[in-house]
Amino acid sequence: MRGTPFILILIAIAAVIFGLARWLDNSYAFFVGYVVVQYIVLGTAWNILGGYTGYVNFGITAFFAIGAYSSVVLHKLVPAMPLPAMIVVGGVMAGIVGIGTGYLTLRLRGVFFSIATLALAVVVQTLITNWDFVGGARGAYVLRPRVAPLIGGGYIDYLFLIMLGLCVAALATARAIERSALGFGFAAIRDDEAAAEASGVPTLRLKLIATGLSGGFMGMAGAPLPFYVTYLDPASGFSLNYAVNAIAMPLIGGTSSWLGPVVGAVLVGGLQEYLRVTISSAVNVLVAGVLMVVFVIIAPQGIVGLFKRKR
Amino acid sequence: MDVSLDLLMNAMISGLLLGGFYAAVSIGLLGMAVYQVYYVAFERRDDQSLRGLSFFFGLLFIAEVGLILVFGVDYRSVNARYIGPSLQLVLFDLPWRLLVPFLVSMAMAIGLQIFLSRSFLGRAIQAVAQDQLALQLMAANPTRIKRIAFGLSIATAALAGACLIIIQPVEPSIGREYIGRVFAICVLGGLGSFPGMMIAAMTLGIVESLTSTFFGPSWAPAVAFGVLLVTLAVRPSGILGR
Amino acid sequence: MASSLNIANIDAGYGAVRVLHDVSLSVGAGETVALLGTNGNGKSTLMKSIMGIVRPSGGSISAVIDGATHELIGLSTEEIVDLGIAFVPEGRRLFPKQTVTENLLLGAFRPAARPAIRRNLDFCFETFPVLKERARQLAGSMSGGEQQMLALARALMSAPRILLVDEPSVGLAPLLVRRTIDKIKELKDGYNLTVLMAEQNFTQAIRIADRGYVIVHGQIAFAGESAEALNNNELIREFYLGT
Repeated sequence: MRGTPFILILIAIAAVIFGLARWLDNSYAFFVGYVVVQYIVLGTAWNILGGYTGYVNFGITAFFAIGAYSSVVLHKLVPAMPLPAMIVVGGVMAGIVGIGTGYLTLRLRGVFFSIATLALAVVVQTLITNWDFVGGARGAYVLRPRVAPLIGGGYIDYLFLIMLGLCVAALATARAIERSALGFGFAAIRDDEAAAEASGVPTLRLKLIATGLSGGFMGMAGAPLPFYVTYLDPASGFSLNYAVNAIAMPLIGGTSSWLGPVVGAVLVGGLQEYLRVTISSAVNVLVAGVLMVVFVIIAPQGIVGLFKRKR
Repeated sequence: MDVSLDLLMNAMISGLLLGGFYAAVSIGLLGMAVYQVYYVAFERRDDQSLRGLSFFFGLLFIAEVGLILVFGVDYRSVNARYIGPSLQLVLFDLPWRLLVPFLVSMAMAIGLQIFLSRSFLGRAIQAVAQDQLALQLMAANPTRIKRIAFGLSIATAALAGACLIIIQPVEPSIGREYIGRVFAICVLGGLGSFPGMMIAAMTLGIVESLTSTFFGPSWAPAVAFGVLLVTLAVRPSGILGR
Repeated sequence: MASSLNIANIDAGYGAVRVLHDVSLSVGAGETVALLGTNGNGKSTLMKSIMGIVRPSGGSISAVIDGATHELIGLSTEEIVDLGIAFVPEGRRLFPKQTVTENLLLGAFRPAARPAIRRNLDFCFETFPVLKERARQLAGSMSGGEQQMLALARALMSAPRILLVDEPSVGLAPLLVRRTIDKIKELKDGYNLTVLMAEQNFTQAIRIADRGYVIVHGQIAFAGESAEALNNNELIREFYLGT
């Protein structure tokens, strides 16, 4: 496979990061690292639909929470189920919802698609809030195992490792899309959907692939969340923070390549963590929104774009 | 009620309108400024979809977090003499808390519709989405028209928000619920159709109210999306779409 | 009072492609001038340059409106229309989702046109009875000929002194072409307009034109001082009459 060296490099980087965190042996590093890597996955997932295909999804929390709540359900039904299996289930569920959304909103272009996805998030939240099995509005507690399976150490080590693995998968997928016929098809839809359709690009199928993949990765990013937070209620699972970060990070980093969401997530995620510790948690949530507005105005190509232009 | 109805009506409507009007005018001006930024940064660069949308989404988020920083996440309500009592009719009661916003909204919607269909500016606002060059050939500056339209729409939304706090307590994230509702109403009514919008808004209000009564208020937010999906599947142009 | 148009040595084009080369042309007060040429020779580009839609890279375009002279290059399209120069573009550019009446009222957006709105509306309905019949119909649902009438009427609603018409005959059946050209003449006489009309249909255009220019590859190839001079010109014979 052409992408194999890239994947190996990613795995090596992930291994180094994980090794470093282990060497530091500081659970705070794992907690922070988990959040940043989670945002890389979310941002990459959003970028597959938003950056590559040009469909702006505002309903990130719907997919993210579907992943998270499918883990809550599975944990209640089959407590012994391993986390990777839950992630697969969560990803598939969110992917199906993604394809369904793509299918139902086919007629909607531009801003109408975006509003429809925002409405979708409200509906999914309403459904979860009214579903007593997962705690309804009160929320659900998930007991986090004390010790990590396979690798030993704290469970947060394990969560971080899992998220790193997801991140490798998401980035490898994103890069593979960029360099394949699929990526060109997405770009054709983004640039001029009518023209793409007229020249034989199977726009319907491509859009469903994009919404499915994008939704699926968001679901997978959300699946470990209940174990990370141990208490999940609709208000926090559907927090607008996730949506804003997932959009802001690719836009700040640059939407044209897989590297953009990584750069954006590391910078913004890191800055937010720094502000949360030094100033207050209220200010840190504003950062992503403000930075996003500033960046789309003054640096529309994002950070990656700035460097590309200089060369 | 022993207070004279006329007096009560007048006092409350003028009070509400005055406060709401001030807020709406200031926010309308802010809206015009926002549009100017949007125009310079996105529309002129022909970059409206991805980054332009994200710009507004960012503003939504900043507004919401700003409100949280100022007012906290709790529900807030206002007090006024007319919140509480009802107008008692033979068969049913009309709570003033609903009646006042209803009358204000109706006056506003009808006023706006008259402005849009009878004034030169209003007609230009209706035309600007169809053909900007043609509008220039009518001696109108499309950017100016859109700036006015944007300010007007923000001001209208602000007045509606001022009415909302009379109907029910509000919290900073409540606006998001209304995005779906407003969108569902516009699509159901047919984009750009005033009578369609009226019918759709009444329909959604009734269906939501029934849903709240029979299934519980927590289900109400899902109604709009259901209406939206059915409309898109059955009649995408809406009831009275042009 | 007199209104006229004077174009001197303009160059214009799109990006690196130059369409017009050193074009000079004038339309005297109360004249009807035809700009003749087949497709792709620069008629529309010239019209768009006058209206500020295409910005010329050199030369000057000035208009005298009721005795006052205005330089048009550098003004925006809406400012040019506001001076009293109306333009009926190729393809008509109506507002398809507005009714006939709404389209006409939009034509009177220009502040100077608003006091005369009633009189102009009556005049339009009188000149184009079909528009009165269809006053409440959506513009987009009318036939091509009716749309062309509406486009002319809408331009007139701005109470212009100078009227520019780009290819009024495109897409119309021969009978309608004839009627459209007649209507332009009627409007011109009724309102004492100065008219510049770009047209491919030589025989129709020349019926109402006082003079004409033939534009070939972005240059004025021939300026005919009368309809007769145009009729006898070699270029015209070559391009239009096939002799």
